[in-house]
Amino acid sequence: MTVATVFKAVGLLAILAFPALGFSDYVLHIAISILLWGYIYTGWSVMGRFGLVSLGHGAFMGIGAYVVTMLWNHAGITPWIGIPVAVIVSMAVGFMIGFPCFRFRITGHYFALVTLALSEVVRLLIVALRDYTGGSLGVTPVSVISADNPSSFLAMQFSDKVSWFYIVVAVWVIGLLIWRAVDRSMIRYAMEAVSQEEDAAASVGVHVTRTKLIVTMISAAMTAVGGAIYGQYQLYINPETTSGIAISLQIVFAAIAGGMFVQLGPTVGAVITLLLTETLRQTVGHDVHGLDVMIYGAMLVLFIIYMPRGVVGRLIDAFERRSETPGTPGQARPQPGE
Amino acid sequence: MDFPLTDPFFWETVIQGLLFGGVLALLSLGLNIIFGVIDVVWICYAELIMIGMYTIYFLYSDYGVPLPLAMGGGVLVVAVLGAALHHFIIRPILHTEPINQLLVTGGVLFFLQGFATLAFSVEFRNLGVSFGSIEAGDMYIPTTRLLAFVVSLVAVVGLWLFLKRTYLGTAIRAISQDRDVMPLMGVSPRKIYLVTSALGGGLAGLGACLLVLLYDIHPAIGLTFGPITFMVCVMGGLGNMIGGFIAAFIFAEFIALGGFYAEIEWGYVIAFAFFIVMMFIRPQGILGTKN
Repeated sequence: MTVATVFKAVGLLAILAFPALGFSDYVLHIAISILLWGYIYTGWSVMGRFGLVSLGHGAFMGIGAYVVTMLWNHAGITPWIGIPVAVIVSMAVGFMIGFPCFRFRITGHYFALVTLALSEVVRLLIVALRDYTGGSLGVTPVSVISADNPSSFLAMQFSDKVSWFYIVVAVWVIGLLIWRAVDRSMIRYAMEAVSQEEDAAASVGVHVTRTKLIVTMISAAMTAVGGAIYGQYQLYINPETTSGIAISLQIVFAAIAGGMFVQLGPTVGAVITLLLTETLRQTVGHDVHGLDVMIYGAMLVLFIIYMPRGVVGRLIDAFERRSETPGTPGQARPQPGE
Repeated sequence: MDFPLTDPFFWETVIQGLLFGGVLALLSLGLNIIFGVIDVVWICYAELIMIGMYTIYFLYSDYGVPLPLAMGGGVLVVAVLGAALHHFIIRPILHTEPINQLLVTGGVLFFLQGFATLAFSVEFRNLGVSFGSIEAGDMYIPTTRLLAFVVSLVAVVGLWLFLKRTYLGTAIRAISQDRDVMPLMGVSPRKIYLVTSALGGGLAGLGACLLVLLYDIHPAIGLTFGPITFMVCVMGGLGNMIGGFIAAFIFAEFIALGGFYAEIEWGYVIAFAFFIVMMFIRPQGILGTKN
């Protein structure tokens, strides 16, 4: 048993014991939000860390949230079936957008803007199909829980926060495991080669299009699950909070702020952004709208200029630099800009 | 429904689309020149327009500045903002991966949106200036939209003349063609980039002058116009101004006719879907050449 394993075990136990400490529902809600968004940001970073900067993850989140809720509301199909359906739909959409992009070598700005268009298409579709989706007003999954019957496994509706906490912890841990599985697979090496020099990678036998597609579809599926869980937890979704440009940018920036090249980076990004929002709300009050967004934006600018590898990435760099012998340059890893 | 070609509402829709295309063309102009020269996408471009709209609104409504002067002030503020954006935020990371520059302006997007929410609140504001509408046969055409259309045509021609006929314009075009050789010819890219950013900002300000007449102002208005502006530029071929101009009209007609036959969102859905398909057919833009 290595030190790292002990750390992980202690950390996970601490998280699992968290609800037993008797915190209020508010604190639990923050914890759930952090883990859920941390999971979604992790899902984004599965592809984002390889230079596939998607501004379209709002599309996958929207698909996850709406497919599950629509199936439940209009066909009475349980989210337990709805989520796999949403995953398949999001992977299909990921394939549809990814295949031509990768085939025709749409990268960088162009990839970002094509995916941005995708997330707008999904948002506008949700609005346009207002007869089914409730349009901009949003929609509530038909509730089967009440005071007498506080939770329904079939409908995936639970009124107590503790159940949700454990569900979200499980999802988050699975997300981290997927991240690590990709990190330790051949896909990582292939993708790193591709992001350095696509032609060279192809010439040594990397199937560029296929590798990119695999990463994209994994990422899409993870985000769709996140969207579905978000809908079930909040019991309310609307096109603005689950899809479109705003949410897509939020996903990208939180992942970058935390550090997309490290397993826990995106989760730290979720901690930073949510704690910032909540602290400001508690200290400055409800009347001052916009301050959190403003600080958040300024932070992102500073992060991208001064620490493009994010908070966690920066900490690891600093740590590695200190443990190296003095005098050697501390550029342990290539910066994303190189 | 009548046969569309004899239906005056159909033609009114087509003309509305044409006029909206003029607005989109103007909006995409500044973004295009920035991309063409500096190779950066300002994701916060529409937020600069929003700041311009607020500047004009407050100068006109609260300080009683005459509208043309207020508009001049708006253009100036956004031009300075554009130059500042380049100098303080983009220049430090110009040598890093291009996507970083796109993302950093995304941070600016949030900053400006948060700033507007904080300073001006989320309420919708309207300048309350109307020029009435022109009646032509059975059709009504709002004068403001016609004006917007004319202004954007003039701006396009003006920009074209500036780029072709002036020393500075020639230098800008030269930099966009070969950014490595031009410094050897005695052109400072730093200066040219700064001027181009101010020019792009000024064009965003000009867009603000027109939008302020047409729409309510609120902090999130950038999210309404941002995506469509990017799509227009990309479909025209980023940096290709004539392509962007044509793409603006294609988009606007999609939206207008979509709104005519179904609902306005369907127009947007079809326009965006068309954009995605076009990216696969002609990734280099509608007028682009394969290189």
